[in-house]
Amino acid sequence: MSEAIKKTASAEGIIQMQGVNKWYGQFHVLKDINLNVQPGERIVLCGPSGSGKSTTIRCLNRLEEHQQGRIVVDGVELTNDIKQIESVRREVGMVFQHFNLFPHLTILQNCTLAPMWVRKMPKRKAEEIAMHYLERVRIPEQAHKYPGQLSGGQQQRVAIARALCMKPKIMLFDEPTSALDPEMVKEVLDTMIGLAEDGMTMLCVTHEMGFARTVANRVIFMDKGEIVEEAAPNDFFDNPQNDRTKLFLNQILH
Amino acid sequence: MTTHVFKPDMPPPGNRIGIVAWARANLFSSWLNTLLTLFAFYLIWLIVPPLLSWTILDANWVGSTRADCTKDGACWVFIQQRFGQFMYGYYPTELRWRVDLSVWLAVIGAAPLFISRFKHKAIYGLGFLVVYPILAYSLLHGGHWGLTNVATSQWGGLMLTLVIATVGIAGALPLGILLALGRRSDMPAIRVVCVTFIEFWRGVPLITVLFMSSVMLPLFLPEGMNFDKLLRALIGVILFQSAYVAEVVRGGLQAIPKGQYEAAAAMGLGYWRSMGLVILPQALKLVIPGIVNTFIALFKDTSLVIIIGLFDLLNSVKQAAADPTWLGMATEGYVFAALVFWIFCFGMSRYSMHLEHKLDTGHKR
Repeated sequence: MSEAIKKTASAEGIIQMQGVNKWYGQFHVLKDINLNVQPGERIVLCGPSGSGKSTTIRCLNRLEEHQQGRIVVDGVELTNDIKQIESVRREVGMVFQHFNLFPHLTILQNCTLAPMWVRKMPKRKAEEIAMHYLERVRIPEQAHKYPGQLSGGQQQRVAIARALCMKPKIMLFDEPTSALDPEMVKEVLDTMIGLAEDGMTMLCVTHEMGFARTVANRVIFMDKGEIVEEAAPNDFFDNPQNDRTKLFLNQILH
Repeated sequence: MTTHVFKPDMPPPGNRIGIVAWARANLFSSWLNTLLTLFAFYLIWLIVPPLLSWTILDANWVGSTRADCTKDGACWVFIQQRFGQFMYGYYPTELRWRVDLSVWLAVIGAAPLFISRFKHKAIYGLGFLVVYPILAYSLLHGGHWGLTNVATSQWGGLMLTLVIATVGIAGALPLGILLALGRRSDMPAIRVVCVTFIEFWRGVPLITVLFMSSVMLPLFLPEGMNFDKLLRALIGVILFQSAYVAEVVRGGLQAIPKGQYEAAAAMGLGYWRSMGLVILPQALKLVIPGIVNTFIALFKDTSLVIIIGLFDLLNSVKQAAADPTWLGMATEGYVFAALVFWIFCFGMSRYSMHLEHKLDTGHKR
């Protein structure tokens, strides 16, 4: 199957977005987005709600389709070709705000589903890998429970493990802590920090500025569908250049 | 700094227990309630004793002709004498073992599917679904392996009811699921075809469908070409019920949050795998009550085949009651038919409740 995938030569980076535009009907949600991500880079996207940050990362695995511009992920350009899209999705893990675990499957089955059906891994091997990652997110003892029996923080850690079981090259996080009780935010952030320390390429939409400061290589601030400012975290927080960025930081850092 | 000491858990305050307390709380809590209770008791007293004496105490249980029914109650001798006809219709008496055998094969064949420790349910179930219909058809219809041919026009009674109901259910469920998926498809052509199909079949009464299949269809077929009346009825029932199943299943698909579709897609699962492994298992579980509702309706609708000259359980009863030697036995016959229908429908309903309970994974959104 992989022969059919057109690989584009990429010295540029593992993710390239060039002049990406997107509309919802008449509404222009993404305006000329340009973004290059190097392997191992950790990027935090922030901005007010409706600024297009979630839409941006959802374009990277084609949960949203873009109408103009080019997106190349891991050497594969995202087009209407479903083969190309699925080959990108195999390499890109995603963690959602509302976890989106499959409630009819146990934790272990949630983790082994994609490796078994997409990667055609034998069941035993898939379970081995799943248990490895469940240990990593520190909930191996929950493997045979159902998602409905777990707390929010535990569910989100399972969601991270589930994505990791596909051994992705890139991880996308779409507000992973926004739906959690305050007491559970830390356990999820700790898991993500651990992942960053292992050199995973990460794009993370979050409002956890402490996390951005300690983990990110780059912070991107978006508003009204545009990238307004892009800087290393220290510069971004201590010396923002743009007025809109200053206002935003003022609002959220109280 | 102080440490908060939590209070220990206490048992809930004691409930008033006992029949008297229960009756006082539920039956005689106010004047109006007391009045209604007494009225209800009066109704029960009015209905139950005569019913009991007619069906059981005063009923005639032994004998072989109408003359043996001397007591005032029901004449169950009629049911006894005509039991064969009610179960098998005009299926030749000496060949009825073939019907019995196919029922036993179904029961024994399906048994492993209900054993929770049996591992390979999916493969076994699929195999059973392929092999059993062939076996059952060969047995019932005959015409090969040295079995005498029994034309479908001789099939009847409960056997015919079960044949139509099971074939209808087994055919309508998969077709309905495909139609529901098609109606939600991104491809306009498929969507239009499915919507048209569903709306057409939901728009016509089943009785019309059956009538058309037996009267109108042959007019359009070339001279001499003729296919089996029962087969035509079966196809009609399947197409008709699949439209209802499709709409029930669509309701379930719509109840699944968008995040589930996205999570499945984001993992690289394609359309069919997303549907088969993630969406449908959840959607079908949600609509078990609706699907079973449709199937119960289908089971009872099988009686409509009388208009194309097929004799299911109800129609066999009707026919037997018209026999001059058993005049006046219609009530007994209908009570019996109602009881048989009720047993099957109640069975389906209980099984669906059991399934819902079994598939509940404690996830309430």
